[in-house]
Amino acid sequence: MQSFLDSLIAQGYFAGVPTEVVYAGGMVVFGLIVVLGFILNVAGVTTFVERRVWARIHSRVGPNRVGPQGILQWLVDGIKLLMKEDIVPAEADPRLFRLAPYVVVMGFVTTFVVIPFSSALVIADMNVGVLYLTAVTALVVVGILMAGWASNNKWSLIGGIRSAAQIVSYEIPAGLSIFPIVLITGTLSFQSIIQQQGWAPHTWFVFHSPFTFVAFFILFTSALAEGNRTPFDLPEAESELVAGFVTEYSGARYLFFFLVEWGNLYVIGALVSALFLGGWQVPPVTDNLVVLNVLQFVTFFVKSYFWVLVSMWIRATLPRVRVDQLMTTCWKYLVPISFINLIGQAALMVALPHGSRLLQAAMTLLGAAILAYFFYRVVFHLRRARPELTFSPLS
Amino acid sequence: MSLAGYEIEVERTPGTGLSTEEMTLNMGPQHPSTHGVLRFVVKADGEVMIEAIPDVGYLHRSIEKIAEKVGYHGFMPYTDRVDYVAAMFCNHGWGMVCEKLAGIDVPKRGEYCRVIADEFNRIASHLLSVGTMTLDIGATTPFFHAIREREKINDLLEELCGARLTYNYMRIGGVAWDLPPGYAEKCLAFLDQYEPLIDEYNDLITGNKIYVERVADVAVISAEDAINYNLVGPNLRASGVDFDLRRDMPYSVYPELEFEVPVGRGEEGTVGDCFDRYIVRIREIKESIRILRQCFKQIPDGPVIAKVPRKFKPPAGDAHIRIESARGDMGWYAVSDGTEFPYRCHVRTGSFTAMSIIDKISRGLMLADLVAVIASLDIVAPEVDR
Repeated sequence: MQSFLDSLIAQGYFAGVPTEVVYAGGMVVFGLIVVLGFILNVAGVTTFVERRVWARIHSRVGPNRVGPQGILQWLVDGIKLLMKEDIVPAEADPRLFRLAPYVVVMGFVTTFVVIPFSSALVIADMNVGVLYLTAVTALVVVGILMAGWASNNKWSLIGGIRSAAQIVSYEIPAGLSIFPIVLITGTLSFQSIIQQQGWAPHTWFVFHSPFTFVAFFILFTSALAEGNRTPFDLPEAESELVAGFVTEYSGARYLFFFLVEWGNLYVIGALVSALFLGGWQVPPVTDNLVVLNVLQFVTFFVKSYFWVLVSMWIRATLPRVRVDQLMTTCWKYLVPISFINLIGQAALMVALPHGSRLLQAAMTLLGAAILAYFFYRVVFHLRRARPELTFSPLS
Repeated sequence: MSLAGYEIEVERTPGTGLSTEEMTLNMGPQHPSTHGVLRFVVKADGEVMIEAIPDVGYLHRSIEKIAEKVGYHGFMPYTDRVDYVAAMFCNHGWGMVCEKLAGIDVPKRGEYCRVIADEFNRIASHLLSVGTMTLDIGATTPFFHAIREREKINDLLEELCGARLTYNYMRIGGVAWDLPPGYAEKCLAFLDQYEPLIDEYNDLITGNKIYVERVADVAVISAEDAINYNLVGPNLRASGVDFDLRRDMPYSVYPELEFEVPVGRGEEGTVGDCFDRYIVRIREIKESIRILRQCFKQIPDGPVIAKVPRKFKPPAGDAHIRIESARGDMGWYAVSDGTEFPYRCHVRTGSFTAMSIIDKISRGLMLADLVAVIASLDIVAPEVDR
């Protein structure tokens, strides 16, 4: 980003304007492009994709009326919600109640500052990028707690408190499973972490050692819990808490909460693919920077969106855990395992300072075997189910 | 009441300066998981319930009083509304109690038609029960798969009697219509297709670790409690009490049919927990399929309804019958004063007594467990109040 602006200045586009102003203006413009052109669309389309994917898993059809295959459903839903009355309950704390959605949206949108879409497309490649991301996502919990408290509704309060307890707990295993990568790379910058991986799967950090392999799954699980996704969707468990902390919200403020929920899925995917799955790395096919960046962007997007689809699949499959089970999973299993993981990775780096080709090959083969078995099971079940789905007793 | 499986204990240390108070939560009558209009006043200490007091009466429609005003034949469609998830059993019960009052014998083919309709309805009702239970635990997919199969049963029952939910199929003295031509083949084709799907359903959710953790050892009802609180049907059998009216106090043509009575065995925890109540229903579906296959094999030819006068005036007296509905022992009591209107009618339903045990078993459970308890007891709101 900065280099792009530097090249523009060098070519004399902003003659007479102070450099700082150019940088600030560039950030605002680029930020707006990212928010309006990317975040809103990704979050919106994700709601549509989730409803369709979900419907197929449920053996339903799903929304298919608005636009070809219902692709514009998310726009219609968004417009509908924007036009709804914005109700603030009489007994609620009106200022906190109105403020809460903005805090939540802020905690979500600011994560995009450090997400590396390609080698050039990143708003700011901070040297503390990973820390920054974990820090701003914690803002969401403040907003949720505010929403739960300000609603003056007991279901909202329980939802908010559950959410706070859950996010704060799961930050620990999430943070601890990022550290093995930081140990290997010696940096907290997303771009440097991605540059130390290659485009080929065996050079990705997920296959670097058994410890990073485990860390990857812990990070994904904890990220699901932080994003309030099934099986950890207790804060908005509709069969227990009506709608959790959003019970009293309507209209645009309600929309914000759901924008964040679905947008967060993409952030989760982006985080794990940047840290563990090679990020935007593509094979060196061309010298043209623009083409290369487009390729990198597509690669990164596909990798990230794959994990969004995985989380949809998990949501359709698994039941919800109970509060005590949620905490047990975190403190009794994930936290100790991620500590052991971190120590193990450190020990491994002392023993093998430059990594081990053999270990990488073995882990890659293991990953490939798991994927192959998974697809075998999917095909097996699809074959078994096909004739039964079209059965009608009356035909 | 056992608290096995709960690692978190609530401790209050006096003198820490922190004052806590109980929270009174009003769950219902409008709530996503109360399956209709049930209301619970829950006193909770954080997530732990201290008590959950059921409040009934939101769906009272004076069905028993209506019987006194519309006469014996006219009351049949109203019985559908007593338990709209399993309306065939209410039809059957009202038919049986009137026949007992007047001493009418139902033709053999009519009895078989009744049992076929009953057992299809039992499968449909149990499918809805286990489906909503998994939905309440948070798994969405099994519910839709259960509903998909229930739709096919609804199609078959629609072919039989023209209605999909409130059937009004039976009459005093038999059933309204004979089986349509080719009905047995359609039903058997459905059963052949459906039976393996039960295993798929089990693959989908029953063995799921999270699901088992949520329902095993939760809200255990001992056999003694189950009898004392007058639980019936699958809820009673899940507690290990081997009692089924179809076998132990047989009515209709059940003595001619072979079937097992599934009983809770406590595979995943203690006998009488939520998981047992769930698995007993799935096993009953299998037994119903077995009964249906036998019915279609054994059904004789002949009339389906006895000759009953249009002005039905049973002799003065009273009669009581019990039938095994999808929600257990359903009692129908009618008093006749010799006129064409019943003097009094009363229904005894399984959901009403199941409501009474919720307060006892829910103490000390988590809020999320209350949802599992309601779903596992298979409470249908209109059956509670009538």
